[in-house]
Amino acid sequence: MSDSTDPIAIFRTEADELLEKIEQGLLDLSVDPENKAILNDTFRSLHTLKGSGAMFGFDALAAFTHHCENAFDRIRKGEIRATEDLISVVLAAKDHMRALIEGGADLAHGAGLLARLEREVAIASGAAPAPEAPAADARVAWRIRFRLPLNALANGCNPLALLAEMRDLGEVRVVADAAAVPPLDSLEPTECHLAWTVDILTDKPRSAIEEVFIFVIDDMELAIEQVAAGDRPAVAEPAATATSVASPQPAQAAPAATASSQTTAAAPTGAGDARAPAGESVRVPAERLDELMDRVGELVIAQSRLSQIAASSLDLNLRAVSEDIERLSNELRNTMMVLRMVPVGTLFGRFRRLVHDLSRETGKSIALTTEGESTEVDKTVVERLADPLVHLVRNAVDHGLETPEQRAAAGKPETGQVRLSARQAGGEVVISISDDGRGIDRQRVREKAETQGLIVPGAKLSDQDVLQLIFQPGFSTAAAITNLSGRGVGMDVVKRTVEALRGSIDIATDMGRGADISLRIPLTLAIIDGLLVRVGTGRYVIPLSAVEECLELSVEEDLRSRGRSFLSVRDALVPYLRLRDVFATGTEPDRYQKVVVVSTGSERVGLVVDQIIGDHQTVIKAMSKLHEDVAMFSGATILGDGSVALILDVSHLVSVGQSQEAQLRAAG
Amino acid sequence: MTTTPNAAPTAAQAHAEGEIEVLTFELQGEIFALEATLVREILDMSPLTAVPGAQRFASAVINFRGKVIPLADLRIAFGMPAEAATIDSRIVVIEIVIDGTPTLVGLLTDRVHEVTTLDLSNSEPPPSIGMRWRPDYIRCLVKRSGQFVILPSLDNIFASPKRGSKPQLVTAA
Repeated sequence: MSDSTDPIAIFRTEADELLEKIEQGLLDLSVDPENKAILNDTFRSLHTLKGSGAMFGFDALAAFTHHCENAFDRIRKGEIRATEDLISVVLAAKDHMRALIEGGADLAHGAGLLARLEREVAIASGAAPAPEAPAADARVAWRIRFRLPLNALANGCNPLALLAEMRDLGEVRVVADAAAVPPLDSLEPTECHLAWTVDILTDKPRSAIEEVFIFVIDDMELAIEQVAAGDRPAVAEPAATATSVASPQPAQAAPAATASSQTTAAAPTGAGDARAPAGESVRVPAERLDELMDRVGELVIAQSRLSQIAASSLDLNLRAVSEDIERLSNELRNTMMVLRMVPVGTLFGRFRRLVHDLSRETGKSIALTTEGESTEVDKTVVERLADPLVHLVRNAVDHGLETPEQRAAAGKPETGQVRLSARQAGGEVVISISDDGRGIDRQRVREKAETQGLIVPGAKLSDQDVLQLIFQPGFSTAAAITNLSGRGVGMDVVKRTVEALRGSIDIATDMGRGADISLRIPLTLAIIDGLLVRVGTGRYVIPLSAVEECLELSVEEDLRSRGRSFLSVRDALVPYLRLRDVFATGTEPDRYQKVVVVSTGSERVGLVVDQIIGDHQTVIKAMSKLHEDVAMFSGATILGDGSVALILDVSHLVSVGQSQEAQLRAAG
Repeated sequence: MTTTPNAAPTAAQAHAEGEIEVLTFELQGEIFALEATLVREILDMSPLTAVPGAQRFASAVINFRGKVIPLADLRIAFGMPAEAATIDSRIVVIEIVIDGTPTLVGLLTDRVHEVTTLDLSNSEPPPSIGMRWRPDYIRCLVKRSGQFVILPSLDNIFASPKRGSKPQLVTAA
């Protein structure tokens, strides 16, 4: 990250994550306001945000965040309760913080928020006993022993700052323990080998001392014990030595293997070194991943060329190398895929806030449940699905869920359920949004579509076709336009986005019981496994995930089926398309034609090809603008010999096949 | 003034000086010219992959250095017969902006001539009558050594994929 390091940009990314964390924390708290761990986490996030904000010159942010931090500090200390209203204010404040970071924040709004915050804090503390009072009586002596991890300095922790902070608490005596410092020649100056013993006389509670270490406490050895006020042995003497060691090289001294007397580790984790780097991660700009992906794609192409050459060669060495390369590039490809995968949970996280807000806005009581957060999908998918899912959730809440009164009247529990779930199904990820609301009224959808001229009155439509009408541009069944939905924009965008991701949408609904909208999205966008076939002289790729089976089309069947292009596959009729005709190749059919049966969900169609060549790993290249209007192909790929093969768009072909079936039905 | 957004700086500059650098090529005996700055590469004929269902004007794709790029046939746009490739046929790869996206496109040519300078002060707007080509597909005609060189308006040609749409106003020099 050497070249493009913009500290502000880094801060923004970090702040984004912190804000996200704060939001999650707040939402968790609204469910479980007593949870100490969440409280502490949220407080820490606020504190970090304040600190780094000030460091990068976001003073307004730092000042604003400070107030929230204060409020949280009091919650954390148990002085006030985290009331629902208080959390709502802090949530709104969090949005203001984001605005402050991104610029264009409304300062008056910020001031208003702070006033509200103060009010809520006052209300909340009114219920709690008078704050700040209890610890006033006497000063207590504490002995604190601590040792920082070896890499503390490298991680940006400044021991002097910790000591200074403790000095602020009260009267302090600090003794450094240099026993663990190794001989000079084996001393690594960036490692921290010193330990400290601090005797402190303070009126603050133990928690105030722990707070000093709040950012490092997870990795350090810390022992805090209360001692009798006058009892200060072994401090006065070594104090002089300690300063002489500590001052020239304040914290850059280092210990050897002899583990010294600091065995009283408060933190449950073990010694400072050899810490398992659990969850260690590197932040990489997404473009670099994409670049790498491209390279891997090229490699896969080059590799398949190599294996073609090797296959026609008699040189055993060449073949062996080619096989090695094949294996390696497959592994590389798989690793690369995994790199790009992120859990859907990151996507679901933001909906808790949305539902929380929607619930307040609409006055409906809503419970959001999520499932399958660990399901992984391509990063691009997550990014592009965010907005469509927002639309769908809003729709579910606004159109789907009834008001509490209506629900009660319908004999349902007052709280409406909205469920977001993700699961992997073969080469696809299915993300579904379901609610237990009133469901989609097919009759109304029909009427609306007829009055809007989207369909001919009385047109014969399958159930799914009727439901899919809600994705037509300009379609809305909501009688009144609300803030949330009813404008008829959005659902068509949802459909477009999903289709652009080569996905599809299924709708299932039961009147009065709710609706379920499932988005089926392919796992990855860059590379697919495909079945390479020949039609006429052209070669085409069919995505393997859509292929159900391959059959031979016998000559008799071929002749017999001139009139009705149906194939009987295990007692089910499957319509089929002769790709030779569809592509107008003008060539004679092969003697033994094959049928590749493909499906999307429940619908199947057979594709008649001249020859099945075999499976082929395909790097998908998008079609250019000039060929955007060609719906039959979803992309192109480069074959081993350098020529281009087109990738069939199965969902389009299936719908062509199905409409052909419908026509035949209507005719027959 | 020109309506060519991508080539705007070059074109504007060129008009000031009156000369532009172009690549000349031949289509059915007519000489055409493209601004040299648009040209990325000139290729020998490589295997084409037909795109069934695509418009005739851009009916195939080729592999250009690991990228799949569309192949456009200006002969179709100008209503010329499309004859089979000969030993002189070349593909000129250019980069143009289509719907706001920079796109690499291969142009089929019967023969590539040279990179040369054209003096735009000798140019004429396309005649409004007596021409078998759509006037909005032509930026201007430039007279050079007794012959007219055609500067096609690539923006108009590529902007109307469904050819036959309404002609657009084109301002020439």
